[in-house]
Amino acid sequence: MTDTLVDLDEVLTRYEPVIGLETHVELGTASKMFCGCSTTFGAEPNTQTCPVCLGLPGSLPVVNAAAIESTIRIGLALGCRIASWSRFARKNYFYPDIPKGFQTSQYDEPLCTAGHLDVEVDGETYRVEIERVHIEEDTGKNLHVGGATGRIHGADHSLVDYNRAGIPLVEIVTRPIPGTGAKAPEVAKAYVTELREILLALGVSEVRMEQGNLRSDVNTSLAPIGSLEWGTRTETKNVNSLRSVERAVRYEMRRQAAVLDAGERVVQETRHFHEDTGSTSEGRSKEEATDYRYFPEPDLVPIAPDEEWIEKLRAALPELPAARRARLQEEWGLSATEMAWIVNAGALGLVSETVAAGATPADARKWWLGELARRANDSGVELAELPVTPRQVAELAGLVQAGTVNDQLARQALDGVLAGEGDPAAVVESRGLAVMGESDELVAAVDAAIEGNPDVAEKVRGGKVQAIGALVGAVMKTTRGKADAATVKRMLEERLIGS
Amino acid sequence: MSDVTATDITTTSAAALAEALRAGELSSVEVTRAYLDRIQAEDPTIGAYLHVDAEAALRAAEQVDTARTKGEELGPLAGVPLALKDVVVTEGVPTTSGSKILEGWRPPYDATVAARLKVAGTVLLGKTNMDEFAMGSSTENSAYRVTRNPWDTDRIPGGSSGGSSAAVAAGLAPWAIGTDTGGSIRQPAAVTGLVGHKPTYGSVSRSGLIAFSSSLDQAGPMTRTVLDAALLHEAVAGHDPLDSTSIDAPVPVLAEAARRGAGGDLSGLRVGVVTELGGEGHTDGYEPGVLARVAEAVALLEGMGAEVRQVSCPAFDLALPAYYLIAPSEASSNLARFDGVRYGLRVGDDGSRDLDEVMALTREQGFGPEVKRRIILGTYALSSGYYDAYYGQAQKVRTLITRDFTRAWDDVDVLVSPTSPTVAWPIGARVDDPIAMYAADLCTLPASLAGIPAISVPCGLSEGLPVGLQVMAPALADDRCYRVAAALEAAQDAARGHALLDAIGGRA
Repeated sequence: MTDTLVDLDEVLTRYEPVIGLETHVELGTASKMFCGCSTTFGAEPNTQTCPVCLGLPGSLPVVNAAAIESTIRIGLALGCRIASWSRFARKNYFYPDIPKGFQTSQYDEPLCTAGHLDVEVDGETYRVEIERVHIEEDTGKNLHVGGATGRIHGADHSLVDYNRAGIPLVEIVTRPIPGTGAKAPEVAKAYVTELREILLALGVSEVRMEQGNLRSDVNTSLAPIGSLEWGTRTETKNVNSLRSVERAVRYEMRRQAAVLDAGERVVQETRHFHEDTGSTSEGRSKEEATDYRYFPEPDLVPIAPDEEWIEKLRAALPELPAARRARLQEEWGLSATEMAWIVNAGALGLVSETVAAGATPADARKWWLGELARRANDSGVELAELPVTPRQVAELAGLVQAGTVNDQLARQALDGVLAGEGDPAAVVESRGLAVMGESDELVAAVDAAIEGNPDVAEKVRGGKVQAIGALVGAVMKTTRGKADAATVKRMLEERLIGS
Repeated sequence: MSDVTATDITTTSAAALAEALRAGELSSVEVTRAYLDRIQAEDPTIGAYLHVDAEAALRAAEQVDTARTKGEELGPLAGVPLALKDVVVTEGVPTTSGSKILEGWRPPYDATVAARLKVAGTVLLGKTNMDEFAMGSSTENSAYRVTRNPWDTDRIPGGSSGGSSAAVAAGLAPWAIGTDTGGSIRQPAAVTGLVGHKPTYGSVSRSGLIAFSSSLDQAGPMTRTVLDAALLHEAVAGHDPLDSTSIDAPVPVLAEAARRGAGGDLSGLRVGVVTELGGEGHTDGYEPGVLARVAEAVALLEGMGAEVRQVSCPAFDLALPAYYLIAPSEASSNLARFDGVRYGLRVGDDGSRDLDEVMALTREQGFGPEVKRRIILGTYALSSGYYDAYYGQAQKVRTLITRDFTRAWDDVDVLVSPTSPTVAWPIGARVDDPIAMYAADLCTLPASLAGIPAISVPCGLSEGLPVGLQVMAPALADDRCYRVAAALEAAQDAARGHALLDAIGGRA
């Protein structure tokens, strides 16, 4: 079934979107939430399991203190209030990937509440209110075998891998975000991006979205402009890339507008997002939704972090991304727009490391946003995936600064670095890329250019100074670009015009 | 214990057996074989065990004997056999919790209780029958077999730890571990003439006990004597990092309390008799013979110097409804893991049915009627829109009951009541009347809901069947239960000229 879609510009002439996000983050703790099993990604199925995470009869959970600490740190970084008393709750439902028949989660007594995160889109700041941050356990993973699509429909049988079951999972829930208008999709993306940066800065998760370390449920609703009530929302589940978050919101806005335009009602339901088409399709509707029958987990005692510990954690928080950006912008003497380019290119860390390795901020920025961005784009990879380190980029910039190479030679040296030939200085050496000084070789090349182009030489002698460019070009050609053009020009002038 | 006979071995206390083993008067193999022989002879009639592995038991016994011969240092209980209720997970040994849904399951790990008893050198005789998932008061809800009361084999042995009570009373084990959620140690102990103690919640690890109601379940001893109970309790108690609700406090000295109590001096001890549990105006459902024995026991305590007074705990009247909301609610969630996916029974997985159908069929055929009744009850009580009215309200009652106890401790050191309103009833008498069955727990529920320790100690016979006195104490004051119970036991044995259990089958 193909959905009818309304152009986004048109959607905004009639409707006001409200978005909201629930983001799940797998923590990078060494062991699982309630047992000592390893959390290493990619192990053979069901090798990282024990009676507890398999939900064997009689087994009991024991809380991983490191996971509680990480959750509190996330809460603090988001400006949350940390509860002095918090409890786990059981969320009851049947599914093979959930070993106990319930997920140990938190319900009405979460660890962190009432925070916020400011995100910037096109120079404008949007405040995203955080309703809660709580801790729970991840489920196992189903593998449906025999079907064409890997989905449960049409599969012969299903396998379950419980390695992931019990990995600590933090859920970060925003309050509904109104007032973003046309920027709703970008705000959603910017929020998840900024959240990811914070999690990286805290070092609590690897946040590899492709491994499912971070996945967002994206809520979207539309209300007629001027309406006092919000519309019915849909929840697009498990969106696992930044770009997809943006696309999911955009798609739902366009789809829901068409539904409302047709005089129909948006159904409150969960929806699936499809990476290939950027579309969503219906999942469970609220009518058939499970009653989770939450109740306080009797196998665990309440978490009661004392004030002193919380303050210690607060004091030890690292510099958060927003503060870091402001500081670097100041230090590097960049405009807000220049800084935004670096951030949007995902190059902040690279630029900053390149500066730390000795390059000037201007050079570091120029290399990463110019030549390197172009090459990443050509090869279809992320900047950070290029086989060149910030230290090598700094070295390259240093060679240009010192006049050892010019820009063009530097690009050739970069080719060598990317080809795995070694550090820039070594490549310059091995490929013989250094700029020629006033060596005999260069003198000979200059003389040869004059001799080989008597007409041009005569013109220059006769006062047509601009004709000298052709002779410079000839020298550069002979020296295969290794000569310094300014030096060559000066040498030619000495010979033809006199000093 | 020279010239000991097999009968002597199977009628003596575990403490005496331990002493004879230590002194080298008996070997563990001798003791174990005596019990295995008796199990073979009597258990077809009694039906106490679900699983007995004679070879494994004898092997374990031999190991202890060898170690002792070599002069290795052994724990005080080394070589004494015992039985475990089948709710206790045992590595490599079938564990069913009395349910078809776990038929054939051999756990890959040991419950902490089982592990500690193994380390102590005790010898596992077998796993005892029980009401399915510990839900019941007669052991008739077992999916496997009927267990009979050795005092009268037409009667129930109590429940849910009825296999353990019958085994010890019939001399098929010197002692046994039971579990108690609403009275499942105390009531079967009472109706079979044993001592049964439910420890303070959190003082014995729940790790490896197949959960019925997590906030109530506790494992504890079921024994012939008060001293035995104290010794077995000490062997399994203590903090366990695998159980988050385990209390990190030193185990109180229990055997010492029992020995001191047996001295018979209770002067200065303040005993409260709970009005709401069989007292004036609250005698409906209580058998006169039970009340008479309890009154005599209280008089005996008074005779040993205790100050006795009546104590009113009005919230106890609400214990039964509160319990039958909380326990089924937790059970409905605890039993959700039995879905046929990872272990135990799986029904209907022939390729023609989808996942939900297979899960439903497995649960339909794997669970018995009482378990289903409680799952439905608990699911309903936790449903959105009903939670506050049922589960929430029951938790408030729980707080009120705890408050009644706290108030009582201002005036008394222990509280006493009948353990069970009646003696053992005939098999089948209550199976069609769940409410009558639930009423068997009337006296034991308050201590369960408050998490406090309570012991049942024999206090005579009514119509030829045992009656138990319940002694309740503040949290972590389990030693008081043992002191009072030991005093009563000593006084009664002295008056009677023999232990109550010796009267079983007209032996004494």
